[in-house]
Amino acid sequence: MADTPFIARGFHRSRPPTPAGRLPPGQYETRDFPVLSAGPTPRTSLTAWDFTISDRSEHRMRWSWIEFLQLPHEKPTVDIHCVTKWSKFGTTWEGVSVDTLIRAARDAGVEPAEYVVAFSDGGYTTNLPLADLAGGKAWVAFGYEGSPLPPEHGGPARLVVPHLYFWKSAKWVRGLRFVERDEPGFWEQLGYHNRGDPWREQRYQGDV
Amino acid sequence: MSELASSTAGGGNAIVPARLEWRVATVVDVHDETRHARTIVLDAPDWPGHRAGQHVDVRLVAEDGYQAQRSYSIASPPEESSISLTVERLDDGEVSSYLCDVLRPGDGLELRGPIGGYFVWSVAVGGPLFLIGGGSGIVPLMAMLRHHARADEGIRARIPVHLLYSARTWDDVIYRDELTGMANQRGVGITFTLTRESPPGWHGFHRRIDPAMLQETGWAPADEPLAFVCGPTPLVESVASMFVELGHEPARVRTERFGPTG
Amino acid sequence: MQTEEMRLDGNAVGGALRDLFAADVTGARVTCMGCGKIGPLGTLLQYGHTMGIVLRCPVCDMALLRIVREPGSLHVDMSGLSFMTIPDVR
Repeated sequence: MADTPFIARGFHRSRPPTPAGRLPPGQYETRDFPVLSAGPTPRTSLTAWDFTISDRSEHRMRWSWIEFLQLPHEKPTVDIHCVTKWSKFGTTWEGVSVDTLIRAARDAGVEPAEYVVAFSDGGYTTNLPLADLAGGKAWVAFGYEGSPLPPEHGGPARLVVPHLYFWKSAKWVRGLRFVERDEPGFWEQLGYHNRGDPWREQRYQGDV
Repeated sequence: MSELASSTAGGGNAIVPARLEWRVATVVDVHDETRHARTIVLDAPDWPGHRAGQHVDVRLVAEDGYQAQRSYSIASPPEESSISLTVERLDDGEVSSYLCDVLRPGDGLELRGPIGGYFVWSVAVGGPLFLIGGGSGIVPLMAMLRHHARADEGIRARIPVHLLYSARTWDDVIYRDELTGMANQRGVGITFTLTRESPPGWHGFHRRIDPAMLQETGWAPADEPLAFVCGPTPLVESVASMFVELGHEPARVRTERFGPTG
Repeated sequence: MQTEEMRLDGNAVGGALRDLFAADVTGARVTCMGCGKIGPLGTLLQYGHTMGIVLRCPVCDMALLRIVREPGSLHVDMSGLSFMTIPDVR
């Protein structure tokens, strides 16, 4: 590997870096919404769709699509940050607060635990601390910019956890599993951070 | 320092370094093929040679350390000592606009290659050869056509080649003059299909590639043609399925996807 | 823009895989752990974009090869791939 890279004459990034403030370190602002997927777009029918929250003792709370839509909705407007360095400001979503879901699951006998694994159609998983899902920080969203969430962005429903890097906001989410010990998900197994706080630039496992 | 596998010279991929290193090639010429595509001719030091169908990775590093990397198919045949890349300028493409608008003869360009062991063809592989390309997917197929054109007459007589090339308009056809010239060679068939506008007096195909067009311009399954399909992902995937549905062996069709625009 | 319209295949990561293998593996025959399908690595479908390389079986979508490049390390998972035959360059 060369110590001094060859500098291409006259080449520079096409977007000038935005000054810090609203942008976490190392990010740049984008106006579009890049599609990043780890696999093909799942096509689950709404009649087959359900959302479950379970614990290690297999206590489970389940909602069908119809039941899910009957839960109270919120319409958060948030900035989102992708680990691939783009940030998008002021995205609007419609969905159910994860607090609502966890509360209902608790009432049904599901025991929360310190860590959570979110799982999706197609096999994608991501892990995060329960503390990062609770307290008004996360939603299961079925609407984006006033319309139903399109499949390429995770529809019918995806997790939205805007204060963490956006790979934690699992597309095509189908549920949450409470686990006692942190269980690295799809990208975390390959070196991405277990928590992923963009303000502390927790991109990879070794980052503090 | 990369270790070289022991080798003898002579045709094709005789020398393969253990690790593929980046090297700085020098631009010797640039010329426009169409209003959207430009060919860049490069001299790469100690270039090991390549096979038709292979590509290079190109890396651009800015002064602040910002990096961008893309892959480009080699347009030139193995018989030429310099390497040609044909690049299509994409609307938001930061690499393609640099290569098409800024790069000039005398500049250095960092690349690594040649890369590819699947989507490759040489006369030794045989035919009949059926090349199907859309948009800039023509580039690796052109390397194959140029390699075929350099072979001696006996070989060319034994290996017929047909190209089916889908482009939006006649002005978007890359290598247009060279391809129409090749159509005069015995055993070489060149067919264009235009999917948007066609010029006045156009008698050729004027639609997207479909099974009927493949049957008309290709060979029957019994002839066991070897097909190479390259271009935008949707075109590549639909043509490959059509090919199999027409009764050809799936292993006889090779694909290379160029992504959404290709 | 649908993921399927954008996806590339194993050919596109031939260069990156040279950082891992001492030979070009786009022509290597790979066997899928999920469904047993055997085919050239160049026919695997690529996902992951700028986060990493994910090569999936075109038949059953199982991830055969996953690579993430972190500054200073390469993380590799090949658990979805049961056999691989790499053509000898010579």
